[in-house]
Amino acid sequence: MKRAIPLHEAVELIPDGAICHVGGFMGVGSPHRLLSALAQAGRHDLTIVANDTAMPGRGIGKLISAGCVRRVIVSHIGLNPETQQKMIAGEIDVELVPQGTLVERIRAAGVGLGGVLTATGVGTRVADGKPTVEVDGRTFLLERPIHADFALLGAHRCDYVGNLDYTLTAHNFNPIMALAATTVIAEPEEIVPVGVIPPDAVKTPGALVDHVIGRMD
Amino acid sequence: MEAKELIARRVAREIAPGSLVNLGIGLPSMVANYLPAELGVFFQAENGVVGLGARPPEGMEDPNLTDAGGGFVSAVPGAASIDSAMSFGLIRGGHLDLTVLGGLQVDAAGHLANWMVPGRMVPGMGGAMDLVSGAKKVIVAMLHTQKGRPKIVPECTLPLTSTRRIDLVVTEMAVIEPTEAGLVLRETAPGIGVDDVRAATAAALIVDGAVPQMELGQPAPV
Repeated sequence: MKRAIPLHEAVELIPDGAICHVGGFMGVGSPHRLLSALAQAGRHDLTIVANDTAMPGRGIGKLISAGCVRRVIVSHIGLNPETQQKMIAGEIDVELVPQGTLVERIRAAGVGLGGVLTATGVGTRVADGKPTVEVDGRTFLLERPIHADFALLGAHRCDYVGNLDYTLTAHNFNPIMALAATTVIAEPEEIVPVGVIPPDAVKTPGALVDHVIGRMD
Repeated sequence: MEAKELIARRVAREIAPGSLVNLGIGLPSMVANYLPAELGVFFQAENGVVGLGARPPEGMEDPNLTDAGGGFVSAVPGAASIDSAMSFGLIRGGHLDLTVLGGLQVDAAGHLANWMVPGRMVPGMGGAMDLVSGAKKVIVAMLHTQKGRPKIVPECTLPLTSTRRIDLVVTEMAVIEPTEAGLVLRETAPGIGVDDVRAATAAALIVDGAVPQMELGQPAPV
């Protein structure tokens, strides 16, 4: 069984320079309390792996505005002009990865695969410097796994085993990132008694979750 | 008729009954407005929903139910919510019948560039590269020119989204089909002649006989 920890304890777990998978899509499904607290704590030199950097004032956007981030590995920064400005100013390194490739690179790290072969990006800038592999006459790029020190997840419900479920479009990268980090921290909207989340509804088994952020601080 | 509405109406006529469709953000998302519900089309959004519905009335939005542009949407009866691995499994795995995307450039080989302008605009590719690589059919819906400059060019000068030849380009002036032989002018918009299209297009166009006018009404009942 897991004991929920206060928000500030979760923040203390994450040092400067950490590599963090962060769930969410334009902020939907992100661990918002944790991201706000990290920005307030003034963490720096973080590497953020996520679908996008949301927008200024929301989710990962708060980390970008607060100068917490040195590097991002993302599919899209179009809705966050601050990320683009900091990229042009040389303050943030941006690696752009096709969205489907990004999720599979994270999944590969989490499920013990040495990489992913995908046709996405063949013949484009994305292929620069990457090996190609021929399989049955088709050309694929070899894309490498992305493992992180931490996975910071936004979930719908969590029980005291650590089982998580998600709602609607707030799943996105969360269930995949839960597999691919040394330490997994979940921020659920609700904590419920064991048994309330039926086995069929569990998307992230509690065995993957190291810490659960409590409801109150 | 406003140019974007004309494009959206024409693209809507390409959508087959019962198909699974992904619409890009911006102009392509307008296509859903011109599609009769009885067509039984399911819209997929890459952030994780199959069965995307219209924006709910104000006060009835769910903060955890948005489209890939972050706008509030609803889910139709029969919808499924999925994670990003399943979402891109559908896209890359050839399970998506059609995607409609915006474009910065399309060239004579049918290649699309739509994810960056080096040094000026770097939004990132998001899901576009996977969509173009994996969807069964790719339609580019875009204005014919930008600030008077042709967007249909002999060879893309902007970074490519994919080396896959897209299936159809729909603009406010014309419907153009990229083929092995080159770009074939299939239709022109009402009031637009073949010479008008040629004047606004930097790539060579193949014209085979009389070019019909674009049909813009609702799709034929099924």
